[in-house]
Amino acid sequence: MTRKRMSPRAGHILPSEITSERDYFDKPSPIARRDVLKTLGGGMLASLAAGSVTPATAATERTAKIAGVKPSSRYRLDDVNSWEDITTYNNFYEFGLDKSDPARNAGRMKVKPWSVEVTGEADKTGVFTLEDILRPHPLEERIYRFRCVEAWSRVVPWVGIPLADVLKRFDPNSRAKYVEFTTLMDPMQMPGQRRAVLDWPYVEGLRIDEAMHPLALLVVGVYGHWLPNQNGAPLRLIVPWKYGFKSVKSIVRIRFTARQPRTSWNLAASNEYGFYANVNPAVDHPRWSQAKERRIGQSFLAPRVDTLAFNGYADEVSSLYRGMDLRRFY
Amino acid sequence: MMAVAGAWRALKPVAFIAALLPLLGLIAALLQMGSASLGPNPVRELLHATGKESLNWLLITLLISPIREISGQWQWLTIRRMLGLWAFFYALLHLAVYVILELELDWSELTQEIIRRPFILVGLASLLALLPLAATSTQRMMRRLKKRWQQLHYLIYPATALAIWHYYWQVKADVLEPLVYASALVLLLSWRALQRSNAFGRLD
Repeated sequence: MTRKRMSPRAGHILPSEITSERDYFDKPSPIARRDVLKTLGGGMLASLAAGSVTPATAATERTAKIAGVKPSSRYRLDDVNSWEDITTYNNFYEFGLDKSDPARNAGRMKVKPWSVEVTGEADKTGVFTLEDILRPHPLEERIYRFRCVEAWSRVVPWVGIPLADVLKRFDPNSRAKYVEFTTLMDPMQMPGQRRAVLDWPYVEGLRIDEAMHPLALLVVGVYGHWLPNQNGAPLRLIVPWKYGFKSVKSIVRIRFTARQPRTSWNLAASNEYGFYANVNPAVDHPRWSQAKERRIGQSFLAPRVDTLAFNGYADEVSSLYRGMDLRRFY
Repeated sequence: MMAVAGAWRALKPVAFIAALLPLLGLIAALLQMGSASLGPNPVRELLHATGKESLNWLLITLLISPIREISGQWQWLTIRRMLGLWAFFYALLHLAVYVILELELDWSELTQEIIRRPFILVGLASLLALLPLAATSTQRMMRRLKKRWQQLHYLIYPATALAIWHYYWQVKADVLEPLVYASALVLLLSWRALQRSNAFGRLD
């Protein structure tokens, strides 16, 4: 099933070019029914709803389009989630705890100019501007499944560069066994950091062979546009076979290290969030099952779908964990 | 005087509508009327909203006695049972969303969840504690149980405590909101304890 879903599609069309069609299919309820309901005093009830239910954030403004993005022929998927699904439902605790908070609060983050400090076990360390980091690499669109540890998922057309291509330019040395990534720390721009919900700044990490795996992506855009702030602008990680919290956002520091990094969620609750955090339907979170997931952007009547081992990327990544007890190294 | 009596007569319908509004809001959002929406993850939103409404109305129900004592107006008591029933209704809705929409009526999964996740069990215990209260909420049952009715209905305290515990336990990182609910309950309990000791003081 995995293979079939990931097979190349005829013709390379960027999802950004067919949004209107997709948006049409994304609507959970038939238009006709909605119109009828609107005429039945829907406006009044709608204003009631606004008071009691978190209203969906207004459609977020599109960031600028990225020129010259090549669609990957290998990583294509159907049923891509809409721009709204992707940009209004986010876990980015630096901007608040509710899923709609980042879309509301992330606007104040300044992403230009942006630089990244590269330190640790590598020959070419230093501070690099985002432009320096991106310049030599062609940008590629890859459609990946995204699975949150909270048992919801979506399908996202990311724009980025294989992480390995970037990391290799810093010439990591033989002591570099892990890579650590750090998110911006600035409570003035990130109001969520004013409360110690997590031990700020947010830190994530990968084993060096995971970081060098061709699936790991350094992401700058979504849907053919530059990343909106709430999605981790201007530079974030996407590790599609791991739970979403591994895919650290708004990266300001990359550190090559000999020892396993102390990562944020693992520090907060080590029995619930492991360092590896590979998507695994057979290993439950202590408080909920990971066997199934809810695809967001669907009707409330849509059933959950089975979660796939390594989020459907087992063929490509399971060899990284050969001989490891995945129950122990969750 | 007439105007005051009229205002008290309005208390019950006003309270009823206040408790009904969140339900109407959820229905509007579910049907996507106008700009109302439950967002990209409607089931989770329904689950959280119904759970929170139940907690809100449990605490509001507990607030009625202090309001009565402080204001000296017995009329407040006329809405207490109704508000308690609304809390029970939202709790039932919460369970229904969980079993029907979240678990898709998979009974073996429900059993597994109850066994494996203590916070589910705590939530269920809270609902079970509310069940006899809802069942004896009629005028007739009040008369029949007499003094024991009041004793039975003290169950609302453990039920509320369990509901808050259930909420606290399922939160991922930020426990501020469950702690606010817990503080509110502690405050209400302390007020009641104080009232009691005062009453005993007068007896001595």
